[in-house]
Amino acid sequence: MQQDYLDDLESKTIYILREAYNRIKPLGMLWSIGKDSTALLWMIRKAFFGKIPFPMIQLDTNMELQEVYDFRDMLIKEWGFEFHAEMCPPEEDMDQTLPPATRAASRKTEGLKNLMTRDKYKGIIVGIRRDEQSMRAKERVFSPRSFDGVWDYKDQPAEFWDQYKTEFPEGTHVRIHPILHWREIDIWRYTLRENIPYVPLYLSQNGMRYRSLGEKNITTPIQSNASSLEEIIAELETTKSSERAGRTMDHDSEDSFERLRRSGYM
Amino acid sequence: MSALDKLQKLGVVIVGHVDHGKSTLIGRLLHDTGSFMDGKLEELKAVCERRNVPFEWSFLLDAFQAERDQAVTIDTTQIWFKTQKRNCVIIDAPGHREFLKNMISGAAFADAAILVVDAKEGVKEQTKRHAYLLHLLGLQQILVVINKMDLVDYSEARFREVSAEITAYLAGINVKPHSIIPIAARNGENIAARADSMPWHKGRILLETLDTFEPVAAPVERPLRFPVQDVYRWDETRIIAGRIESGVIRKGDVLTFSPSNRQATVVSVEKWNSPSEILSAQAGDSIGITLDQPIFVARGDVASHEQKAPVLSNVFRANVFWLGKKPLKVGNHYKIKLATYEATVLVQSIDRVINTDDLSRSEKDTVEINEMAEVTFRSREVLALDSYQDSLKMGRVVIVENHDVVGGGIIGSEGLIDQRQLLQKPRENIHAVDHMLTNVARTARNGHKGAVIWLTGLSGSGKSTLAMRVEHALFNRGMQTYVLDGDNVRKGLCADLGFSPEERTENIRRIGHVAALMGDAGLISITAFISPYRADRRKAREAAGDLFHEIYVKADLGTCEKRDPKGLYKKARKGEIKDFTGISSPYEEPENADLIVDTSAQGIDACVEMIVDYILQRTQAGQGNVTSIAARK
Repeated sequence: MQQDYLDDLESKTIYILREAYNRIKPLGMLWSIGKDSTALLWMIRKAFFGKIPFPMIQLDTNMELQEVYDFRDMLIKEWGFEFHAEMCPPEEDMDQTLPPATRAASRKTEGLKNLMTRDKYKGIIVGIRRDEQSMRAKERVFSPRSFDGVWDYKDQPAEFWDQYKTEFPEGTHVRIHPILHWREIDIWRYTLRENIPYVPLYLSQNGMRYRSLGEKNITTPIQSNASSLEEIIAELETTKSSERAGRTMDHDSEDSFERLRRSGYM
Repeated sequence: MSALDKLQKLGVVIVGHVDHGKSTLIGRLLHDTGSFMDGKLEELKAVCERRNVPFEWSFLLDAFQAERDQAVTIDTTQIWFKTQKRNCVIIDAPGHREFLKNMISGAAFADAAILVVDAKEGVKEQTKRHAYLLHLLGLQQILVVINKMDLVDYSEARFREVSAEITAYLAGINVKPHSIIPIAARNGENIAARADSMPWHKGRILLETLDTFEPVAAPVERPLRFPVQDVYRWDETRIIAGRIESGVIRKGDVLTFSPSNRQATVVSVEKWNSPSEILSAQAGDSIGITLDQPIFVARGDVASHEQKAPVLSNVFRANVFWLGKKPLKVGNHYKIKLATYEATVLVQSIDRVINTDDLSRSEKDTVEINEMAEVTFRSREVLALDSYQDSLKMGRVVIVENHDVVGGGIIGSEGLIDQRQLLQKPRENIHAVDHMLTNVARTARNGHKGAVIWLTGLSGSGKSTLAMRVEHALFNRGMQTYVLDGDNVRKGLCADLGFSPEERTENIRRIGHVAALMGDAGLISITAFISPYRADRRKAREAAGDLFHEIYVKADLGTCEKRDPKGLYKKARKGEIKDFTGISSPYEEPENADLIVDTSAQGIDACVEMIVDYILQRTQAGQGNVTSIAARK
């Protein structure tokens, strides 16, 4: 059977997941409950023949939309996997020089640091994609982080021929990005083809839909009439607005996202 | 063309000398194909206004503040755009010499390359370097653009001149560019639209040419290569997981696993959630398989069909690019990765270092950062190898030092000699043949019986010294004797072994058998090895039967460390030697030694005397009966 391009993307993701599981222990994955990390969770089941052999972790700010929490609880019950909600520290504790929306996002960075310090994960799988944001476009698949989570984007490891950096000095860890090579439209085409469940907020209601799901105080829906996956895909084929347009934190200042990422944000 | 083909992306890497206009070209490509997200251009124009700098097309790529400040591209980045025909992703690679690492990280993903050359400056050093790397990375679809034609008044003569210069260089490395196009990226000339300024250019323009390129297809037609990534044992099923790098696996195929050379038949091809039974899978598929036999299979093994299996060799030559801050040196050991296999190799020789500027070759003992060279590697174990000519995917190697990938190379077919027939599998058909000569005859000739005198103890306990002294004493009495120690064994018999626990075990196994044969031949063979594991010594005893005498050369760790004749403890304490017995690896004391000599309590002469007395007693002619090895089997 001739492979189509989604099979290529999927096969590469499965390869990366298996490398991570073989080389890095202990391993966990940040599951944001959004479309990307849920599609990734589906591919974990494919990679490991139905098993989900490491825990799913949510960096929880208690600020997600209710539909997100409902979807989360439904999927845990239905698929049956190890899940842990890591409660993030309050906003008052954040760096007050950051713009307000960025400050909200940095709660997750701090939550992640707490998680890493306590549970000593050597590898954390994150469902980010290169086409989301220009900082993320520069990421490696296996991306080392210093002890306090800092990303040295100026001196990244060489990465070619599917050979990844899988050894690290004590005290550091690695972020693993198995869907870095996917685009927003690919995720939706795949979700449709594989019949993967998703949070209904992505579909249009009364002319509005969420294109990207963040905390309720810093994410706004976009104008759209796409009320099915087919319609979302058709919309994305022609849109010229960016996926994270509804995320305030990306626009507060020209470099706020860069500052966030450098200090450990996903 | 089907709808799906259109979705398949073409990866394009853009390379060339610094300031020849790569970023401008990319900015322009994105603009001219209508690929910008709404707001992106305005956002950047606003930033420029705020910072009071004129807008440049290249700013579109420079999302990093640091990049804007330095005006150079720091790292590989990927940007999507659409042509009439399909999706493309641009892999932007920086031109600064020290950023070679990033350029390779980007270019390795590309299906095609655009080499940008400044019409005014012509071919420069990095133009050549990058072209050479494209050749090393195996890119076949290479397009040259002569940029900044506006700065040379759109001169056809100048275009011809620069074209000739780059064509000549590429010919020297066996690369034939697909085509050479004159452009002015800043003005969008000959990119998406044909420029009026260069009516003399009759060939395709840039985007038209890109649309003639094809994504590199998975090598389905090539011989099967299935490197094992992992072995899962879920619910009592053993699934061998991996990605097929070339060829096809079918249910029922007999697979040969290399380098172990074991075989088994594919019972099933596995994918989760597949609606029907899978009968075959092909290059590019990440799958699992189950086998009919429980043969030992581990990560790194390569499954193939028997007829077209990889070459097995422990020596290979590679064309290497070096990214390490410390130079590659003859005599150094490195970890290498071949698909999913990892091994330790020695740099046997640096055959040539290549100057990419004039393609001259020089003889050197080191390869410095950013240099390229032909290097011969030797490994301790036999490796499953394919040359780059035979397999683009399997014929390449990466080199690791201190946790980092520090180099890569493509494996040449020259000097690859298959050792598979030397490892023929079955040992079932070897039957013991009784020797015509009896032990009685040998003992009568020698005046003493054969024996294996096995000295065991920590490094520095005095084994080698004792062995040599004892050998000398026995020799002077006219006895047939020989010492096996690290120096003479590691040179040949065990030259392929390292110091991992598995390799140590194998080392001792071989020595045990050689010592047993010597004992059987009537010699008093004395061995001087740490041999820290009881299980290994037991095997040596089993090999030699009642010829075997275990002598524990005892000395406490403190004493041994103080002696430290070879400075090994010092290195082990510093962590320079891994798995050092007594420090980072255990020593299992003998439970029933035939003799114990304590070198920290007794003088060396006393110890030699004890051992010699012991041997003389036990090897006297006429003392008891010994059976030959063959008869015991």
